[in-house]
Amino acid sequence: MTAHIIVDNLQVQAGSPEQPVTIVHNVSFSLQRGEVLALIGESGSGKTTIALTMLGYARPGCWISGGAVMVGNDNMADKTDAQLATLRGRKVAYVAQSAAAAFNPSRRIMDQVVESALMHGVMSRKAAEEKAVKLFAQLSLPSPDTIGKRYPHEVSGGQLQRLMAAMALICDPELVIFDEPTTALDVTTQVDVLKAFKAAVKATNTTAVYVSHDLAVVAQMADRILVLQQGRVMENNPTTKILSDAEHPYTRQLLSAVQHSDIVQNKADSDVVLEIANIEAGYGRIKPDGRPEIPILSDVSMKVRRGQTVGIIGESGSGKSTFARVIAGLLPATNGYMQLNKRELLSAIADRDKKECQHIQMVFQNADTALNPAHKVGDILGRPLTLFHGLTGAARKQRVAELLELVKLPVELADRKCGALSGGQKQRINLARALAAEPSVILCDEVTSALDTVVAAAILELLEELQARLNIAIVFISHDISTVKHLCDEVVVLYKGSKVEHGSGKSFASAPYHPYTDLLVSSVPTLDPEWLDSRNRDQEARNIPITNSDSLCRFRDRCTVKLNGLCDSEAPPSRKLSSGKSVLCHRDEAMLSYS
Amino acid sequence: MMSVFKSMPVSGKLGSALVAFWLFIALFGPWLAPHTASEIVAYDVFEPIGGEYVLGTDYIGRDVFSRILDGTRFTIFIPLLAAALACSVGTLIALYSAVSHPRTDEIIARFMDALISIPSKIFSLVMIAAFGSSVPILLTITAISYMPGSFRIARALAVNVASMDFVTVARTRGESRLYLAVKEILPNILHPMLADFGLRFVFVVLLLSSLSFLGLGVQPPEADLGSLVRENISGLAEGAPAVIVPAIAIATITIAVNLVIDSVRGGATYAAKGK
Repeated sequence: MTAHIIVDNLQVQAGSPEQPVTIVHNVSFSLQRGEVLALIGESGSGKTTIALTMLGYARPGCWISGGAVMVGNDNMADKTDAQLATLRGRKVAYVAQSAAAAFNPSRRIMDQVVESALMHGVMSRKAAEEKAVKLFAQLSLPSPDTIGKRYPHEVSGGQLQRLMAAMALICDPELVIFDEPTTALDVTTQVDVLKAFKAAVKATNTTAVYVSHDLAVVAQMADRILVLQQGRVMENNPTTKILSDAEHPYTRQLLSAVQHSDIVQNKADSDVVLEIANIEAGYGRIKPDGRPEIPILSDVSMKVRRGQTVGIIGESGSGKSTFARVIAGLLPATNGYMQLNKRELLSAIADRDKKECQHIQMVFQNADTALNPAHKVGDILGRPLTLFHGLTGAARKQRVAELLELVKLPVELADRKCGALSGGQKQRINLARALAAEPSVILCDEVTSALDTVVAAAILELLEELQARLNIAIVFISHDISTVKHLCDEVVVLYKGSKVEHGSGKSFASAPYHPYTDLLVSSVPTLDPEWLDSRNRDQEARNIPITNSDSLCRFRDRCTVKLNGLCDSEAPPSRKLSSGKSVLCHRDEAMLSYS
Repeated sequence: MMSVFKSMPVSGKLGSALVAFWLFIALFGPWLAPHTASEIVAYDVFEPIGGEYVLGTDYIGRDVFSRILDGTRFTIFIPLLAAALACSVGTLIALYSAVSHPRTDEIIARFMDALISIPSKIFSLVMIAAFGSSVPILLTITAISYMPGSFRIARALAVNVASMDFVTVARTRGESRLYLAVKEILPNILHPMLADFGLRFVFVVLLLSSLSFLGLGVQPPEADLGSLVRENISGLAEGAPAVIVPAIAIATITIAVNLVIDSVRGGATYAAKGK
């Protein structure tokens, strides 16, 4: 049996025709029909570039400069645009990272899903719509008969991603490219989407190429893994072989970046830097009863001690970023009390003095937008020095150099603008700017989410080292429970703005958990390829608006262990468990351990 | 600067050359003119091109070539100043608006909308009727007419930048609104505002020329290109260069500036892609 896909000596170049830079070097591999291949590597490894060549496409400024990409009998590398247009969507299809950006918001979903089938004229509209409904069911979408009538904004992100897969599969393509299709999703949603993809690919016997930087996700999907670094193949082996017995040192480095080392130290005795009590906040107009129109946070309290890390965790929409904005004073709380270094902290930034601003610094997720592209690195770091410490001239320059050294960057960067820096370097500068103020508390909002695993691991390591050296407190906001569990002394779990669980990092090492935490923990893929198939719980996030009068458990609609009668009628009590953490649930410790 | 010119498409190079030519005329025109602008040099009116006088004579026998060399400076420098005024004032108000409380922002924006809804030509006519026509008045009128447009573009850009994380970071630092506006936002909207400046310049050239054509712009004995078209309008029937050449001059100035703007913009996006 000959291979279905053969990539032979593929070379891709970029830049100007006079001085080309080779970004993919002589890559060769082959795939049998129905196999799933994963391309894995950091950003810049060429994984997406290689995947796109199978569609006969090279991004602007790039071109295929050598080799062949055989899909069945067609060499995608030497087709004209007109020939490619007849193949794309019919023979090869693509599922992009952001479904939200890939759908046209002003057209109904069904029209967009069947579009390629109608364009290629392979079936009638009626047949295409029937086929689409069948695919919707296969991808376990809710109400497959009617979901096509909705508009893209009327379905959730996870559903949209699956609808995009339906769009790709409508013409029974021979090859589907999945380009990081779950990277933008919450862990709990990711599980459902991965399951649906896997089932659909198996049922249609489609050959698939799955691009990702997440080894644990890839372990669930792929039969073979191709490890890439800087456009070169490092290793090409079956998934089980890679996971158990990786040949290349780079693969082993990727594997070790996934597994966290335990580093929790207990510093419970140091003094409290930041205390937050019974915070309420939200968006929209403030109503006469003093509550906001769209309430988000309700009754959230926590204490942050010097030198400690407190983790805030939850899905998107859990209110974790809102919480950071409240602490920073960007969104004044409508109720509650905050204390910084034993003095009351007013809730609006306009009422805070310079010293208070100095002691709370924020580090944002996306360093691309958090650093002003018009400023030089030296000015970005120098501004807080001038503002808070009155440093100018040579003294300021000296301190900027020290800061750069602190975050392990070369001093020469001070004269460069940040546009030309890598993601990891930008995040280090982002961190250095917060440190420049010499704060008591740093709020880190998803600081590693936009980074590759290896780079993220390095940033976390740096964060810990700095904390130990400078004895600052860190509020670490993340959606990634495995990172938080290992990094933080204390963990707060938020669900729709209410604190459902709170305890020491150690106490999160094992059950019993709050049912929501349990869902989060069990949704994180492991490196075990059997993991996805062994999960049979299906809990889809539903968007139910929070109301002010609602003191009932906010998780009750998704909870699989809900106590009928009790959870629907009474507010849950806060329980203290023997491990020291408190849980907001009607179930007592024995019942939680059992579930 | 040289590399910018080299990277331009042909249309951009042509535009730049024309702009340079007209700037040169505007600066040195009066000294290059063979006659003074108001001197009657011939008994024949509406003489054709290529006679004793390079571009013929006008409706009372003055040298058209000299009058164009003399009048270009009004058509270039008044709009240049007016556009600079409109853009800088508009941008500054927009920056203030973008970093202010939403309510303040709303009030400023609605006030500007009210201004923008007044047709610029009618506004100019009313103002000239009230204050008479002089160069300072023309400057003020055109600057006020085009400032709200500039404000709207600058505000749209500034609001986008103001929602970026780096501005939020500066806010949490407790920075003043002035710092946010000038240091954090302004550098990031400067480039598109320069392109907008070019467009405003073209608008002002056209408005000013049309005002002069109505006899309300630059007043005799001075004359800008628009006045030249008007005063020689009676020569249109016989195709006199005295009316056609100034019209062509206005056209080339506006087209040249547009060509330059387009190619600079295109060049900028190309550079961004190159990264």
